Amino acid sequence: MRAVYPFSAIVGQDEMKLALLVAAVDQGVGGVLVFGDRGTGKSTAVRALAGLLPPMRAVVGCRYRCDPGANGALCEECQARDKLASHQVPVPVVDLPLGATEDRVVGALDLERALSRGEKAFEPGLLARAHRGFLYIDEVNLLEDHLVDLLLDVAATGENVVEREGLSVRHPARFVLVGSGNPEEGELRPQLLDRFGLSVEVATPGDLPTRVEVVRRRDAFERDSAAFLARWEKEETRLRRRLAAARKHLNGVAVPDAALERAAALCMELGTDGLRGELTLIRAARALASFEGDDAVDDAHLRRIAPAALRHRLRRDPLDEAGSGTRVERAVAELFGA
Amino acid sequence: MTGDAPTGDAPAWRDASLAAALFAVDPAGLGGIALRARPGPVRERWLADLGRLLGFGLRKIPPNVPDGRLLGGLDLAATLATGRPVAERGLLAEADGGCLLLAMAERVQPGTAAILAAALDQAEVASERDGFGSRARARFGLVALDEGVEDERLPAALLDRLAFAPDLAEVSLRDGDGEGVATPAQIMEARACLDRGVGVPPDTVAALCAAAHALGVTSLRAPLLALRAARAAAALAGRDDATPDDVALAARLVLAPRATQLPSPAETDAADESEGQQETSSEAQSGQNEERDGTLEDRVLAATSAAIPQNLLASLQLQRDGRARTRGRAGASQVGGLKGRPAGARRGDPRAGRRLALVETLRAAAPWQRLRREAQPADAPRRIEVRRDDLRVTRFVQRARTCTIFAVDASGSAALQRLAEAKGAVERLLAESYVRRDQVALVAFRGRGAEILLPPTRSLVRAKRSLAALPGGGGTPLAAGLDAAALVAEAARRRGETPVIVVLTDGRANVARDGIADRARADGEALSSAKLLRARGTACLLIDIAPRPRREGAALAAALGARYLPLPQADAALLSRAVGEARDRTLRAS
Repeated sequence: MRAVYPFSAIVGQDEMKLALLVAAVDQGVGGVLVFGDRGTGKSTAVRALAGLLPPMRAVVGCRYRCDPGANGALCEECQARDKLASHQVPVPVVDLPLGATEDRVVGALDLERALSRGEKAFEPGLLARAHRGFLYIDEVNLLEDHLVDLLLDVAATGENVVEREGLSVRHPARFVLVGSGNPEEGELRPQLLDRFGLSVEVATPGDLPTRVEVVRRRDAFERDSAAFLARWEKEETRLRRRLAAARKHLNGVAVPDAALERAAALCMELGTDGLRGELTLIRAARALASFEGDDAVDDAHLRRIAPAALRHRLRRDPLDEAGSGTRVERAVAELFGA
Repeated sequence: MTGDAPTGDAPAWRDASLAAALFAVDPAGLGGIALRARPGPVRERWLADLGRLLGFGLRKIPPNVPDGRLLGGLDLAATLATGRPVAERGLLAEADGGCLLLAMAERVQPGTAAILAAALDQAEVASERDGFGSRARARFGLVALDEGVEDERLPAALLDRLAFAPDLAEVSLRDGDGEGVATPAQIMEARACLDRGVGVPPDTVAALCAAAHALGVTSLRAPLLALRAARAAAALAGRDDATPDDVALAARLVLAPRATQLPSPAETDAADESEGQQETSSEAQSGQNEERDGTLEDRVLAATSAAIPQNLLASLQLQRDGRARTRGRAGASQVGGLKGRPAGARRGDPRAGRRLALVETLRAAAPWQRLRREAQPADAPRRIEVRRDDLRVTRFVQRARTCTIFAVDASGSAALQRLAEAKGAVERLLAESYVRRDQVALVAFRGRGAEILLPPTRSLVRAKRSLAALPGGGGTPLAAGLDAAALVAEAARRRGETPVIVVLTDGRANVARDGIADRARADGEALSSAKLLRARGTACLLIDIAPRPRREGAALAAALGARYLPLPQADAALLSRAVGEARDRTLRAS
């Protein structure tokens, strides 16, 4: 097992870290897209997130790790069970590697058992493994189209339906989609773009001291990862506790009418399509408030998370030289005052 | 070790040899080498030297290697022989502890490049294919051979991860008759030395970062790779601690080829300043280093900058030359009955040129094995019984893709404003068409020749970057412009795309192909170029951008067989709509 670079040791890239943490506080925020320059630690951050997630309760013996508390969303096997014994399991963070084939993603007939014993058995795929956790796609813009279509469907319904090789299986597959990529390799299909709750743009830090610090830490980690992890253990534990507390506190965070109106006004000002932007903005702001230990959503929360929640929902205007993030910030400044 | 330079001044060869030696010390740590050279004795000699230093052979992979071979999947022979699924290791996992040689790396697909890049980053390879999921160690170095003599380059995702990028394109065999820079025995010792750990001067990271910054190298992988190269250089010299010389050498080899700008004096000052700030903010670090701080940083920057002028200017020159050259691309055209992306499988006969989907076929056959075996005599050999009904073929989806090529008249006779509109239209088209994954390219002609400003791309970001500085003014070398557009169109056709050429001009040619101003000859040449385009059956649209359109535009359109659209008042929106319509018509016709 290779050592994973600790989340708290990532220098800068505050918006990316915040978006990931917000998605971890409330998985219902709906995914994070990280787009930007090469070598900015996009995949490092996503992989590091796994180390922060508090364990969750799951039904013993269930291969989809069903939530014993979720009555409506149990898999067929769990629905048939009389008693749901549960235990603690880690939240899965599953990689969807490039070049993956469809059978591995959605699940398929178990070849081994079929060929050697003549049994017809379902072998769950990556979507099943990612249930209740995170599905990470690096270079998401290079993903093959037919896999994108599959993902879109499952992400929309929260259920994976497999009809192949005479198998007919359905199982819950609710996961937070995390994608990263470099816009120079190509744009992302708008349908997929829309599936991500938050979208952040990362750039290589421009100031020298930050750049020096990034390289120093990376070098220290590579030369002696055990010592490096030990040095950051305290910070990691603190962040882990804070995340766990935020998840508990989430339902206690109030969303006052004023905040709802603010969010609606902002979305109207920007002309975002549909209601999804507004809902995500509110939900993300609530998760942020919880992470900050606040009891109610206010302007400060909305302001901080608005660019991430809205920038990928604006109508494109290729002649506008400013990025869409800047447009959101401009609208925020106009509406909320400087 | 920089001492034994071969007779005659051949810094390119010496740097390439040094890069090979450092890479041999720490192949996985340094990621690899992107060697730019034409196939020939020079490259062979360099590869042979590298192989000797490494002490093991390089595993060659072709640029069109299928994902399945790279990542691993189902072992067909073993599966059929044993009657149970057997996994096959992929090339990346097999390369663990060794080196891969990627031939014709400039033609590698983005998907393949991304897989290689992920394996280089993770030092392991994750595969989810054909019924198997695996994670295997894959620590390897990659030698990418870049034969791109024209405007093709290695994918940036790979270049970013390979420490060195020596250029042997202009080196002849005579340049390399000096002794090698290292012996295999030295490499072995250096590896042991590196394992024990090599220290670096405390201000090394700051100096490397500052140098990278001053040279316009944005990726943070560059200083990190330079740092590792400095350690390898010290190890090669048998030192437990790197000296400023090692650091300077590493910076020269790693950073100089990545430079995008020459350090300006102002920038160097700014770097010093921020360095100073950092010094005061982190008081914990020893303050008496301040004096040496400056020197190391200066030395690194000086050593790197000294290597740049020829490097940067030469490569820029090379690119320009390559663009102006009107010669067909090297490499076979990739035409085959099986194009497009695989999109699942369906029942069917794998003859008639369709490709068998092996795993899906086995899956279809699997449930029946017991029944079918029982029907066989008891002493029949145990093997998988596959019936015709089980056969599955891979389905490929081929979208009708277009490559829209703008040939823009940037001469003095076409108003400068036209350029802005053309730029706007290109960006708009890209933004609107990215769902369809269409490509857009831009050729500009002005002065004495034509230039491919934007090779076919579907990246809005790239387009914006290359369009930002589009100069205007000068004569109208119309024939050269049409020829360049035809060249891009041919390349697109070979990739299986449908090219559409959009010419924005007033049609008043006044510069001939050889760059001499001669209106009559220029006109004749333009018309013959146009006829050639028409003969190839390339769809064209001519937009006459003259304020008062005259007959030249219409005549050129007729020669091109193009739709003629006089648009004296066109703005970007109108333009992109017209082009969109032309493209759709072409698609329907094809």
